Amino acid sequence: MAQRAGGRVVIRVYAWLVIAFIYVPLLIVALYAFSGSVGQRWPIQHYTTRWFGVAWRNGIVRDALKTSVEIALLATVLALVLGSLAAFAVHRFSFFGRNVVSLVLVLPIALPGIVTAMALNSVFVTAKIPLNLVTIFIGHSVFCIVVIFNNVIARLRRTPTSLMEASMDLGADGWQTFRRVTLPAIRTALVAGALLAFALSFDEIVVTNFLAGSEITLPKFIYDNLRQPRSRPIVNVVAIVVVLLSIIPVYLAQRLSGGADVLTAGRTQRSSATGA
Amino acid sequence: MAATELREPPSGLIRRLSAALFRHPRVKLALTLGTPLVWMLVVYLGALGFLFVAAFWHLDAFTGLVVKQYGLSNFRLLWDEPVYRTITLRTVGIAGAVTVADVMLALPLAYYLARVVSSRFRSALLIAIVMPLWVSYLVRVFAWKLILTPNGFLNWIVERTGIGSLQLGNSNWALFIVFTYLWLPFMVLPIFTALERIPESYLEASSDLGGKEPITFALVVWPLAFPGIVAGSIFTFSLTLGDYIAPSLVANTKFIGNVIYDSVGVANNLPLGAAFAVVPVVIMAVYLLVAKRLGAFEAL
Repeated sequence: MAQRAGGRVVIRVYAWLVIAFIYVPLLIVALYAFSGSVGQRWPIQHYTTRWFGVAWRNGIVRDALKTSVEIALLATVLALVLGSLAAFAVHRFSFFGRNVVSLVLVLPIALPGIVTAMALNSVFVTAKIPLNLVTIFIGHSVFCIVVIFNNVIARLRRTPTSLMEASMDLGADGWQTFRRVTLPAIRTALVAGALLAFALSFDEIVVTNFLAGSEITLPKFIYDNLRQPRSRPIVNVVAIVVVLLSIIPVYLAQRLSGGADVLTAGRTQRSSATGA
Repeated sequence: MAATELREPPSGLIRRLSAALFRHPRVKLALTLGTPLVWMLVVYLGALGFLFVAAFWHLDAFTGLVVKQYGLSNFRLLWDEPVYRTITLRTVGIAGAVTVADVMLALPLAYYLARVVSSRFRSALLIAIVMPLWVSYLVRVFAWKLILTPNGFLNWIVERTGIGSLQLGNSNWALFIVFTYLWLPFMVLPIFTALERIPESYLEASSDLGGKEPITFALVVWPLAFPGIVAGSIFTFSLTLGDYIAPSLVANTKFIGNVIYDSVGVANNLPLGAAFAVVPVVIMAVYLLVAKRLGAFEAL
C-alpha cells in the first residue's frame, strides 16, 4: 500500500470513533432499562431489574406486545407468499413491463415512509374504513413484501437455472422440480426474508401511526408515552424489549445466509429494479 | 436418488396441471405474478394515485367537509403561507446538512473498511455497522432523547471537560445530530461498495506517477467514490425529508411530515395533508433525476 503509516493511523482512529458514535447511544439506552430512578439523570444512580416486572404486569404493554406480534406474523406470512411469487415471476419470465413491476415492488422503501402512510390513510378515511388491526396489517404487508422479494430474487439469481432444467430433463414435472430443487435452493432465503420482515413490522412506527386508529402496538406505546415522565421506566424497558425482539431475528437471518448482503437487501435498493 | 424418484408414482392431477402450466407459460406467469401484482396495484399504487387526486380537493371552510372538486387551492396555500414555506425550507435545509455530515463521517469509515482493515474483520465490521439499521428506529431516537436531556449523558461529558454546559435539547441542532446518527449506515454502505471496487493498481499508478496522497485522493479516489456518495445521499436526504417522528420527539419543531401528521390527526384536513405529501415526492423525483445524471444508480 502506498499510504504513509501516519495517515492510516488517523483513518483507523477516525473510523473507530464513528463506530463508537453508532454504538454508544444503544449502550446507553440498554443501561437505562436497568435504572432504578424515574428521572433521566446521567450517570445512573443505582441499577435494578424491577421495572421489567412492572412492565410485564402492565396490561396495556402486554396487549401491545400481543398486537405487535400478531401483526408482524400476519404481515410476514402474506409477504412470504406474495413476495416470493413476485420474485419467481420477475426472475423466470421476461414480459412487457417487467422493470416497471420491480420498480413498483421497491417503491415502498424508495419513497419516504410518510408518503405511503398518508396515501393509505387517505384511502381508508375517505372510504370510511375504520382504522384498526387490519389497516395496520395492510400497511405493513406493503413493505414486508419488498423485503421477501429482494431476498428471494437475489437467491434465485445466484441459483443456476441448469439445476431446474436437469430436474425437468430427468422427468420431474414442474411441481416436483419446485419441491425438490427450487425450494431447497431458496429455503434459507425464505427464512431469512421472513425473519427480516418480522423485525421490520415489529418495530414499525411511521406508517403504524397513520393506520392504527386507537390500536396500540409496542412502538406506538413508546411513542405515546415517551413524553410522560411517569411512564419513563416502563418505556425504558419496553424499548430494550423491542430492540431484542427485532435484533434476534435479524441476527438469525444473517447467520442463515452468511453475509452482510441479506441485511442490506431489505433496507436499501441494492438488488432492486436496476439489477433486473 | 433416481430410485426414489421412480418409486413415487406421478400423482395424476398435479402432474397434468404441471404439464399444462409448462405448455402455457403465460398462464403460469399470470398465476405467479397475478396476486402480488394485484395486491401492490390495488393497495399501494392505488393509494398513491388516490393521494395525488385528493391533493387537488379542498376543505369547505364552513362545514369542515371534504369538497371533491379539483383545484390548486392547497398548493397555493402551501406556496403563499410563510409558515409552510419556512417548514419546507427547514426540512430541505436540515436534510441537506444531514447528508453533508453523513458523507464526512461515512467516507473515512468506508475507506477504512474497504482498504485498510484486514479482510478477516471486514465482514464482521460491515455487519456491525448495518445491524443498527434494524434496531428499532424509534428506540434510536429515544436513545438521543436520553442523551440530550439537560442532565443527561452529553452534558455530563461536557461538564467534565469544564467548558460549561450545552443546551441542545429541543433545538434544530439536536435534530441534526439525531438524523445524522439515524441514517449514517445508509451512507457507509454504498460508499464502501464504490471504494471496494477501485483496483489497487489505480492507487499504485497514481503514486508511481508522483501523486501524493491528497492528489491521489482528489483525482482518483474521490471521483470513483462519488457515485456511491450520491447513492447514499438518496437515502439520507429522502429519509430526513419524510420524517416526522424525530422532529416531534427531540425538537419542538415542525417538518413537512409533522404538518401532514397533524392534518390527519389534529386538523382533520385530508386534502392539505395529501398536497403536502406530494411535496417530498416531487423533491425526491428531482433529486433522483439529478442522481441518475451523476451515475448513482450503477453504485447502488
